[in-house]
Amino acid sequence: MAKPYATNSSNSLDSLFAAAAKLAEGNSIRDGIVSDIYKTTHEICRESVRYEDRKKLETTYRLDKIVTSPIWGFPIMLAILGVVFWITIAGANVPSEMLASMFTWIEGYLTAGFQALHVPEWIHGVLVLGFYRGTSWVISVMLPPMAIFFPVFALLENFGFLPRVAFNMDRLFKKSGGHGKQALTMSMGFGCNAAAILSTRIIESPRERILAILTNNFVPCNGRWPILILLASLFMAVGVSSQYQTMVTAFIVMGMVLIGVAVTLAVSWVLSKTALRGIPTHYTLELPPYRKPQFIKTILISSRDKSWNVLKRAVLVAAPAGVITWILGNVDVGGTSVLNHMAAFFDPFARAIGLDGFILMAFILGLPANEIVLPILLMGYMSTGAMVDADGLDNIKQIFLDHGWTWLTALNTMLFSLLHYPCGTTLINIYKETKSVKWTVLSGVIPLAIAIAVTFAVAQTVRAFGWV
Amino acid sequence: MTTYRIALAGNPNTGKSTLFNALTGLRQHTGNWAGKTVERAEGEFTHNGKTFRVIDLPGTYSLYSNSADEEVARNYIIFEKPDVTIVVLDATSLERNLNLALQVLEMTNRVVVCINLMDEAAKLGIRINLDRISERLGVPVAAISARSKTGIEALLDLVEKVASGRIVPVPIRVTYSEEIEQSIQKLEPFIRQTLGDLFPARWVALRLLDGDGSLLAALKEHAGESAPVKEVVNYGQTVCH
Repeated sequence: MAKPYATNSSNSLDSLFAAAAKLAEGNSIRDGIVSDIYKTTHEICRESVRYEDRKKLETTYRLDKIVTSPIWGFPIMLAILGVVFWITIAGANVPSEMLASMFTWIEGYLTAGFQALHVPEWIHGVLVLGFYRGTSWVISVMLPPMAIFFPVFALLENFGFLPRVAFNMDRLFKKSGGHGKQALTMSMGFGCNAAAILSTRIIESPRERILAILTNNFVPCNGRWPILILLASLFMAVGVSSQYQTMVTAFIVMGMVLIGVAVTLAVSWVLSKTALRGIPTHYTLELPPYRKPQFIKTILISSRDKSWNVLKRAVLVAAPAGVITWILGNVDVGGTSVLNHMAAFFDPFARAIGLDGFILMAFILGLPANEIVLPILLMGYMSTGAMVDADGLDNIKQIFLDHGWTWLTALNTMLFSLLHYPCGTTLINIYKETKSVKWTVLSGVIPLAIAIAVTFAVAQTVRAFGWV
Repeated sequence: MTTYRIALAGNPNTGKSTLFNALTGLRQHTGNWAGKTVERAEGEFTHNGKTFRVIDLPGTYSLYSNSADEEVARNYIIFEKPDVTIVVLDATSLERNLNLALQVLEMTNRVVVCINLMDEAAKLGIRINLDRISERLGVPVAAISARSKTGIEALLDLVEKVASGRIVPVPIRVTYSEEIEQSIQKLEPFIRQTLGDLFPARWVALRLLDGDGSLLAALKEHAGESAPVKEVVNYGQTVCH
């Protein structure tokens, strides 16, 4: 046990504190203390530390001066992001086509085999048209972009670029009333929102932490990159001459990211002026030295941990979903399939926000994981009898076009995917972290309200001007 | 057999935890600091037949209670009074790291400064005069590389000497501006009168002048704990007082 204090009443401690406050005269002496300490350490180091080669030390500083400069910081960030998207989109097209035609080729043999064995038509429907086709779509559409995007992103990460992004973003977050570390948790969100929610533990102040949790959903995660990249490349660069198409697509995806970041900042700002009022607390962000990434290792690890896992999750959920969707699409009630009944139910509302019943249903059924929204949507469309030979991206586009898609539908689907509620895992994590039903519900409802408002506004504006 | 209590302090990313793991190996357990969401890692090792219980304080840039991490680290050094506090510094950015060392030295003289990442510094062509630093700081200084486990024996020898009292460091005293120094002088007697010699009066004066309300709260809490009438071990109170 410690000895008791000389005087044991808390009154005397209070009067001591008051006496000190009086001496300080309300001035903040912290700056004085800190600068005297710095002066001392500077002196000690001048006497005892010798640098043989200052240039070697300065490479990092020189690079950081440019990369984190107020003028060049953002253009460089955007340029790098743009290049990453460009590489992904340009590189994914050909392997996607190849995979798709390979799967179609196999499907032909499967169907022939089923027919040769006189398997009942409905089993062929469930297994080949539902299960097999659904799974192969997912693989051919999602695997190539993921196999390129994730390793490239991981290389950037290992090079040490992400802390610089956080450094640049910090200024904006401070201005919007959030914590600088929110830039870091947001960067995590580009990988996985559920993991990013856990990463908000690094923010001490409960107010700023809730802010970071509520807005994390607005950056696209692993599960949403494929739908953004696919729709952008199918629909958004149509009017452009072919040599610029990839570039325009990359710009569109980058635009989506920027919209997400803008919404993050705007929502943070509004919340910090209303429900979560307060002054941002300070923090120190250390910029680690740049490192030459280990290319092979990074590519292998990110392929295994990210590309493969996302794909596995998509396939695992998509395979049974394919079967269920096929059954729903082929069981008739009153002359129309159950699936059509469901889609028809959502249709009027969905039309108002520029989507259709199937898209909205895919988003609702996709609550457990964003990866499965696209597969459910495709299977929903295919099960409605629109039999298309599945041998390439053009035909995916044909499926969409057959169901009345325009560039507005694609744009609003992308916007909705970007802004709508976080996935089930993320919501569970939010509840676990906040232990509050209120904040969990709000973290679903706020994004949903914004998603509906934005898509509604876009749809109505575009239609009012007669652009579609 | 004597058991000494050792605390590891230092900036984040200085290899503090690498050192902790190198020292304790598997003899460690982690949990949370009572009432805080800050991780607490504790372990044990022996050196020259003595047992050392070592606690890995959260990595912080300062001890001015800007955050829960800093509060935890500060409270441990001030209220739990470890036998030795090892301040781990990053040799590649010594100047910035030394700020924390100076802050610890204002709180206790039982300090060993441990300069880690010496191999990295050598690669970058940074030459560090250890004797000079030790002389200026007034505490023993050891140079190590926690990753390759070099220099750790020498570090532990110094730690043992400080713990057993064979070395009594006389730390450097940072001189502040005249205005601050005068205020400190006025406050110090008042502090001794109120708190006795339990805490370094100069440091308490500085913290109070800085308006550190969290220290006041912590002092009150500990005043309650150590009052003779309330000789009850409360929940959340650490056992090793």
